[in-house]
Amino acid sequence: MSGINEENTHRTIERVARESYGRLVAYLSVHTHDLASAEDALSNALVSALTHWPKDGVPQNPEAWLMKAARRSFIDVVRHHNVMQSSVPTLKFLKEDSVKTFVAEFPDERLKLLFVCAHPAIDPAMHTPLMLQSVLGLDAARIGQAFLIAPKTMGQRLFRAKTKIRSGGIPFEIPQEPDLPERLDAVLEGIYAAFGIGWDDMAGTDQRGRDLAEEAIWLARVLLQLMPGEAEVQGLLALMLHCEARRPARRGADGRYIPLSEQDPKQWSFPLIEEAEHHLTKAFKRARSGRFQLEAAIQSVHAERARSGRTDWMAILLFYEQLLRVSPALGTQIGYAAAVAEANGPETGLAVLDAMDLEAVSHYQPYWAVRAHLLQRIGHAREAADAYDRAIGLAEDRAVKEFLLQRRG
Amino acid sequence: MQFALLIYHSPEEFAMRKNEYNDPHLGAWRAYYKALVEANVYVGADALEVAETATTVRLREGKRRVQDGPYADTKEQLGGFIILELPSIDAALEWAARCPGASLGAVEVRPLAPEAKRRGFTGEWNQ
Repeated sequence: MSGINEENTHRTIERVARESYGRLVAYLSVHTHDLASAEDALSNALVSALTHWPKDGVPQNPEAWLMKAARRSFIDVVRHHNVMQSSVPTLKFLKEDSVKTFVAEFPDERLKLLFVCAHPAIDPAMHTPLMLQSVLGLDAARIGQAFLIAPKTMGQRLFRAKTKIRSGGIPFEIPQEPDLPERLDAVLEGIYAAFGIGWDDMAGTDQRGRDLAEEAIWLARVLLQLMPGEAEVQGLLALMLHCEARRPARRGADGRYIPLSEQDPKQWSFPLIEEAEHHLTKAFKRARSGRFQLEAAIQSVHAERARSGRTDWMAILLFYEQLLRVSPALGTQIGYAAAVAEANGPETGLAVLDAMDLEAVSHYQPYWAVRAHLLQRIGHAREAADAYDRAIGLAEDRAVKEFLLQRRG
Repeated sequence: MQFALLIYHSPEEFAMRKNEYNDPHLGAWRAYYKALVEANVYVGADALEVAETATTVRLREGKRRVQDGPYADTKEQLGGFIILELPSIDAALEWAARCPGASLGAVEVRPLAPEAKRRGFTGEWNQ
């Protein structure tokens, strides 16, 4: 009996930790400007919950209980980090009357925390890892794994970034116009990067990618709750949902890689597509176009094949032309070249690829994959085989390698 | 900066290496080497014969002890190595992940010791 209770309690702690982690860390760090100590204090509180809750029962307001415990442990954490001299906000925060301040409800400060994580003063490569750790509570080992960085190194980089947050005077606030669009873009980029790790390498069954994709969607949902009026937030969510909808179709029963054009639409997830379309329609109504809405629109055209049985490449090409104007990233240029090839013939697509800077694409796998495919279509077998070799050599996923090897012949 | 990718094969992967030229497994390796060379990071590489062909030598109290088989008796065995010239460990891990050996066995990434230390080992120090 007590075994079951204990299990239930553990599950409750897990759920509360998952749902409240970001809210608690955000609240603590916004008031102390000390993200590292906030996280440590909260993990102490969670450990304490693991010992107290099974005995005393789950408190009526678990979040408030955790907050109280985290605050109590904060003083030890700060002493341990030896940062008293630089933490006036911390001292002020700890001095406040804990009984009075700790009412059941505390404001959701996650938005401020997200903006801190994606602040321009912080190395852009650390934006996503910081978000994953501070808002979702992922540990350095797991983040390192996803980013292909040794856990210890990732831990050190996160620590350095947090030191900068504490002592670099980075404000814990929501940016105002006219800075808002650019700052919001950095937050969206950070979330999309997490999703992209699971997507760019096309590894549909790779656990490391799948987990992170789910976390990214979760983050986007949180952000949409906090900024319901932002079209680009909704655009990003729509984009990720469209991609996620196709996950089951990306692999054959034997684990074989299946490219989008050969996927069976019956295997796509229609609830996810519907949800994506719902967000995209609402975003478009705000008439504030942007990169993520355009990318979502391209995915929406692909999804349309489930109904019409064909892909409207002209429509995709038009969206890519708009997208290139706002975001000329390497991936966009490759997508554009592929769309040009489908709409106007492989030679025109190749001309777009030829015009790209060879230095920039020498390590970029999608460039070589698309190039190989187009060369093959116009019958340049030798050049195609060379390009396939480059694409295979740069690919990470085994199924993708095998797929390309087969095409290469 | 130079890095060694030490490629550890499972017995299955060693067995695959016996296959002929058109084998997709070999195709993946060929493409990988080509990508390394064309990215201008390749310094050198070689493959080793299966671990059963190894002989391990120790000198103890002046006596030679020769043992049949590899130094460590593990399931996965060193199957080859690649030396790459790269700007950082991050880049080395990227290339290790692309290595066909990573999806079947394991690829250990180790920085080569700095040149001054290496000279000490190879005797170039005195020149």
